[in-house]
Amino acid sequence: MLQQKSKPLEIDAKYQTRVKTEDKVVKINAEGLHFKELNGILRQVITTDVERIELHNVCGQRYLGTDLDTTIQIDIYGTPGNDLGAFMSGPKLVIHGNAQDASGNTMNEGQIIIHGHAGDLTGHSMRGGKIFVKDYVGYRVGIHMKEYQRKVPTIVIGETAGDFLAEYMAGGVILILGLNLKEGEKCVARFVGTGMHGGVIYERGEILEPENGTKTLPVGKRDMRVIEGLVKEYCSHFGADHKTILSGKFKKILPLSKRPYEKLYSH
Amino acid sequence: MNEQDRNIINPFGDDKDFAACAIFGMMNTEGKRFGSKDPVRAMANMHDRGNGLGGGFAVYGIYPDFKDYYAFHVMYLSRDAKEKTDRILASRFDIIYDEEMQTRPANVRDPPVVWRYFVQPKKNRPKEQLEEDYIIEAIMRINTETGKAFVFSSGKDMGVFKGVGFPEDVAEFFCLEDYQGYLWSCHSRFPTNTPGWWGGAHPFSILDWTVVHNGELSSYGINRRYLEMYGYKCTMQTDTEVLAYAVDLLMRRQQLPIELVAQVLAAPLWSEIDRMEPKQANLLRTLRQTYGSLLMNGPFSIVIAHHGEMIGLTDRIKLRPLVAGTNGDYLYLSSEESAMRLVSPNLDKFWCPRGGEPVVGRLKTSKKAGGLT
Repeated sequence: MLQQKSKPLEIDAKYQTRVKTEDKVVKINAEGLHFKELNGILRQVITTDVERIELHNVCGQRYLGTDLDTTIQIDIYGTPGNDLGAFMSGPKLVIHGNAQDASGNTMNEGQIIIHGHAGDLTGHSMRGGKIFVKDYVGYRVGIHMKEYQRKVPTIVIGETAGDFLAEYMAGGVILILGLNLKEGEKCVARFVGTGMHGGVIYERGEILEPENGTKTLPVGKRDMRVIEGLVKEYCSHFGADHKTILSGKFKKILPLSKRPYEKLYSH
Repeated sequence: MNEQDRNIINPFGDDKDFAACAIFGMMNTEGKRFGSKDPVRAMANMHDRGNGLGGGFAVYGIYPDFKDYYAFHVMYLSRDAKEKTDRILASRFDIIYDEEMQTRPANVRDPPVVWRYFVQPKKNRPKEQLEEDYIIEAIMRINTETGKAFVFSSGKDMGVFKGVGFPEDVAEFFCLEDYQGYLWSCHSRFPTNTPGWWGGAHPFSILDWTVVHNGELSSYGINRRYLEMYGYKCTMQTDTEVLAYAVDLLMRRQQLPIELVAQVLAAPLWSEIDRMEPKQANLLRTLRQTYGSLLMNGPFSIVIAHHGEMIGLTDRIKLRPLVAGTNGDYLYLSSEESAMRLVSPNLDKFWCPRGGEPVVGRLKTSKKAGGLT
């Protein structure tokens, strides 16, 4: 849907002191605002001629970035709440801090770039777009991600992940770099790829011990092209050296079957 | 609660009682006491996790002038219950001081009369019984025999404040700004399967042990029946109650260290035990066999507290959130990182505990090793 960009910004009087516009950058002080109010302001702001939004003093407000049908960049300072970018379709969220649980829940398009760590359930049921996490992530990351034709959701993790990474994964790409691990050290994550039946996990070094029902294989040229692209993007966001990262040995983890529970739930 | 109410709440009469919520714990490991401001702000920041059907706080170190006496907080749902309770109390205790607790009108639902007693057991109590067990016996009598009176706090120099409302409203109701403690454990409730009533709010407590809980214990029935063998009677109609009694049984009466208690409540899966070193596998197999009925099955994150110690724990596969942080002498446990950063923007350390691994904060002056583990 094309947005009408010519309207002047009309903000409810009680929020006016919180919202400042400088050179098409809208700065919002989110301190003490409820998520309904904050998301309401965002919906109004994107109907005007604005290039970028900054949210300051964010503290636990949920669902940021949802229901904004545009590709605008939103910089978030503080700690956004659960379900960051839930059902999001388009925006680029840059988190200058950490994210809580279920970021990118059922996200459709856009990017979430987290300059810190992210909690459990990051990329829950994600169906498109990209999530980059500079540091580590919690439990059940990428649970039930799925892909369809050219919509391939992607999660890039700089350090390590918790248990149940890629649980019930049905499609998409997870790249885990293990940048904080020493030579030969493993990522302490149990039950990786439990019930996985689609998609691929790329790991830098053999740092994961995936469950039965998966297979670990060497990467091919086509895989390396995907990995190179994602590593370069990771480095452009967080300022690491892509050559050093790419010098690691990559592996891929694939599901053995597209229907792992076929025999368990037989007719 | 009468039979009619009980039928509306649980027409099947089966023991299925669950809940899910927000938790927060804050402790000063030097024992320095602080007010309600930060704990209440943190809980208000997680307002949306609860739904106003239960909020509560446990505060340690609040009655320094009466620290040698058991402080009972009792809620009365009828006048009649108070007469009966007073008779039970007078027959078993010397009542040092009692008063109606100070409250003010706040956005809480149908507040009962709440009373505070400072008591000490009578000198002629049975000598073969531990003093603590004597106290528990009296509490169980009041909770079951009077019908409408519930002892919701019974430790020394600590107190539980809870009710039906959002935690910030419950704090307002009980005038919590007048209290100072070195450890605050807090809860906001989102009851899913049981009524939001005053006794069903968290924390649940027995003596100075308290538990706040986010999640649900599908093992409630089996836990409850096991605890009944040890004289604990579940009267609060909510799963979390069994956790408080289980912790009292394991840690106070049987003196198990928290590391083992964590392995009882959140036992590793059999498949993991099979992969362990023989000695450790043997220990864990024995624990599971001995305490199988105290395995807390289902998703949970909890904060357990008693004097000198605050413990955070999640179920073994971490189906409910818990994060931890420290700033100087303060230890924080929270359902959400944002609530912790609101009250302590510059944490020295932040971490996400793994499923089933306890976070333990101890007073530096306690006999056990102080500090954080």
